[in-house]
Amino acid sequence: MEKIIVIGNGMVGYKFCEKLRAKADKNKFEITVFGEEPHPAYDRVHLSEYFTNPSVENLEMAPRSWYEENDIELISGEMINQIDRVNKTVTSHKGTTLSYDKLILATGSSAFVPPINGVEKEGVFVYRTIEDLDAIIDYSKKTKKAAVLGGGLLGLEAAKAMIDLKQETHVIEFAPRLMPRQLDEAGSNALITKMEDLGLTIHLNKNTKNISGEEKMTGMEFQDDSELDVEMLVISAGIKPRDELATACGLAVGPRGGIVVNDLLQTDDTNIFAIGECALHKNMIYGLVAPGYEMADVVVNQLIGDNDKAFESYDMSTKLKLIGVDVASFGNAICENEAHKPIVFEDKHAGIYKRINISEDGQRLLGGILVGEAEAYNMLLQVTLNGMALPPQPEDLILGSRGGEEAKMELPDTAQICSCENVTKGDISQAIIDNEYEDLADVKACTKAGTGCGACNPIVKDIFNDQWAKMGKTVKNVICEHFDYTRQELLDIIKIKKIQDYNQLLDEYGKGDGCETCRPAVASILASTWNEMILEKGKDAIQDTNDKYLANIQKGGSYSVVPRIPGGEITPDKLIVIGEVAKKYDLYTKITGGQRIDLFGAQVHQLPDIWEELINAGFESGHAYGKSLRTVKSCVGSTWCRYGLHDSVSFAIEVEERYRGLRSPHKLKSAVSGCRRECAEAQSKDFGIIATEEGWNLYVCGNGGSNPQHALLLAGDIDSETCLKYIDRFLMFYIRTAEPLNRTSTWLNKLEGGIDYLKEVIVEDSLGIGEELEREMDFMINTYKCEWKEVVNNPELRKRFTHFVNTSIPDPTMKFEEMRGQKKPVEWGA
Amino acid sequence: MTDTVLEYKSVKPEEVKEWYKAAEVDAFPENAGAAIEYKGLQIAVYNFTRRSEWFASQNLCPHKKQMILSRGMLGTEGEEPKVACPFHKKTFSLQSGKNLNGDECDLATYPVKIEDGYVYVGFSH
Repeated sequence: MEKIIVIGNGMVGYKFCEKLRAKADKNKFEITVFGEEPHPAYDRVHLSEYFTNPSVENLEMAPRSWYEENDIELISGEMINQIDRVNKTVTSHKGTTLSYDKLILATGSSAFVPPINGVEKEGVFVYRTIEDLDAIIDYSKKTKKAAVLGGGLLGLEAAKAMIDLKQETHVIEFAPRLMPRQLDEAGSNALITKMEDLGLTIHLNKNTKNISGEEKMTGMEFQDDSELDVEMLVISAGIKPRDELATACGLAVGPRGGIVVNDLLQTDDTNIFAIGECALHKNMIYGLVAPGYEMADVVVNQLIGDNDKAFESYDMSTKLKLIGVDVASFGNAICENEAHKPIVFEDKHAGIYKRINISEDGQRLLGGILVGEAEAYNMLLQVTLNGMALPPQPEDLILGSRGGEEAKMELPDTAQICSCENVTKGDISQAIIDNEYEDLADVKACTKAGTGCGACNPIVKDIFNDQWAKMGKTVKNVICEHFDYTRQELLDIIKIKKIQDYNQLLDEYGKGDGCETCRPAVASILASTWNEMILEKGKDAIQDTNDKYLANIQKGGSYSVVPRIPGGEITPDKLIVIGEVAKKYDLYTKITGGQRIDLFGAQVHQLPDIWEELINAGFESGHAYGKSLRTVKSCVGSTWCRYGLHDSVSFAIEVEERYRGLRSPHKLKSAVSGCRRECAEAQSKDFGIIATEEGWNLYVCGNGGSNPQHALLLAGDIDSETCLKYIDRFLMFYIRTAEPLNRTSTWLNKLEGGIDYLKEVIVEDSLGIGEELEREMDFMINTYKCEWKEVVNNPELRKRFTHFVNTSIPDPTMKFEEMRGQKKPVEWGA
Repeated sequence: MTDTVLEYKSVKPEEVKEWYKAAEVDAFPENAGAAIEYKGLQIAVYNFTRRSEWFASQNLCPHKKQMILSRGMLGTEGEEPKVACPFHKKTFSLQSGKNLNGDECDLATYPVKIEDGYVYVGFSH
């Protein structure tokens, strides 16, 4: 067996082990990995997530058990400090000596700390390891104002982390722009505007000369004699290759650091390889993970005797979301030394900047920059990397099409789609042809495309759909492996065949035993068709977790309870009852974003008792747990407001009570504003109503959630009756035709003909189904019952609300602690 | 009362030393799970009526370490019966306990038998 020793258990060291085990017989190589940190390899690219969720496990590339299962000896917390190239051994600081046949140096890099006077002071940190982060988190508890030195990729990530730690944050950059290697001045300006909106202060052209303070730092002084008072400093000014081991054993290193390697990644000792950020290839240190993975691949291929592939220079294109802002830079982004014709699109109002660099002959794309909107990144990168011919109007590539077909370009099979795992378009197409994969997840599992950083996922999906289309098949949005039907088809079957039971539907129209995808989808269809109590007749087994307990499951396994407060209007007496219930059951209370009061921390056995008390005081379920109508928010309206045109509160209450409990493909939110000042934010809702001089304007398909989208006007200046009629039709049409878990905004985006078609169907009744839809809605309104009340009054259902079935004790592991005078669940795993 | 993941070790049918009489069959909802307490352990017992099969696993979600798997939804992937964790919809094989989403962290599983209208769960210690 050949003995392989890997020094360094970072992302690249780990990937090397994974690739070697995947490609070669286990008995061929004995693998030992040394890592000087105490943890197994973790995902350094997503290090800043540690600030919002300080769990090492979340970041782990693989747990310790993975190494055991793969017969890899992982020695962590131990540092190799000597390589004996003559005897081919390595020795650790603890005195462990092991011999090797092949040695892999994956020692990575450390943070580069510029030689500034005072960097040794307390309060100065680097941003590199989990230990660094723990120290930063700890120190930030005593500080309010922090600076980050470095306005590059990692520096801005660090700045995001400092905002998460509630620091007033300053970014100090030596260059005249942010991300100086990736962006030009205009791109940097667009990014700065976005960053400043988020509360960061950016200082450019700043050369730090001194860090002031006695033992602790108190501020920074710059060459231009300006000063900045900050209590802590995080340095993220670049990386320094860890080449000290290589230097000590006489391997060649570059003048500015880095272990010199050839195209096969061999050092000048052919038994020793260097990969990742410690390696200097053609005078280049790669500070990204994807080239490191590629290097690991090249070395693995040589070890298994398939050594025709050499490491070529690597494209440094990158796309990321910095503090929620899309930033991408690809190919020759700035084109400082290359003749080119740039095409630039800039929208200062929206903070969007796009630039593409066209070769002088107008034939090829050299590179470009996208700030604020980077959807086109994958396609543009492919066009650049593959030297594809440009369309006659290359500006379409960043402007989108203006009329006519969208500029869509056919990628060659050799186009590399997933750079983390080195998967080409051809690999993906072939996997689909060979295996007839019908599921995108299978394609990803087979090719590994999209399993690294995930940036290529949208393009993988496009290739998947195109390939299916080429094979003459359409990709049908079947619900899951158990039903060969779409949601719309299942709804028709249920309605026409009058099916009221999930198992019957599965027996007659499906196969297998169902799953967590089709069960709740069918539960929703049954509820929006028959409106029966959702927990009776065995239907509790098909409800999603929140519906099953008519409450929202929260951290720790406790539940939260939200009574309906229509339109947000509530009497003092009812407010007192909520307070009393919360006090009696020791619940945390919070006003929600939808003008309701959420009561958290209820244990499962307490739910029926809590509901009973709320029901007795005149409350009913607010359906906060359901894919159903949640709230209808209102502003003050004409009753009190000096601007109010109509009584928005009364109308909001009427609307909320009309549609309460209505089950739909996704949750529904609404709002009514009493004038066009729009204090209820009706245009960010699934349906929103705004008062006009003449009546109401009805807006539909807005979304204030994860993908904000403004609602569009469906009908203007209509009276209350017409408004309700249109909403009846609109909601029922959505319930009938949307796919599971599609919000109204997504549904509209996929609806052929868009809002114009929707207007035809709803307002002009072009399909002649208006009355039918209204009748269906009438049935839903007339059969409404409060679900909480049904459970409270039904001893059989009530019995289900226990933690154990063999003892009446509650979950003994549930733990709470105090925060701001109320309780909260302890952190995951604490 | 313990909640550490280390306390939960799969028991194979041939290793059973004690059949614990958990509760009457009727106490377990159909096509769903319910939790039982046994010597400080929390075990989720699944009455997969549709398949006429019973399964048991640790109640502890190995991902976020919360006692909630008994409230998960049952289903199948191909021929394999599975449970979806109510927190983040990770799915686990009810037969082997394996995490079917490819990540690590599997469930410990336990044998179940039904006798005279009672549900028994097998333990090895």
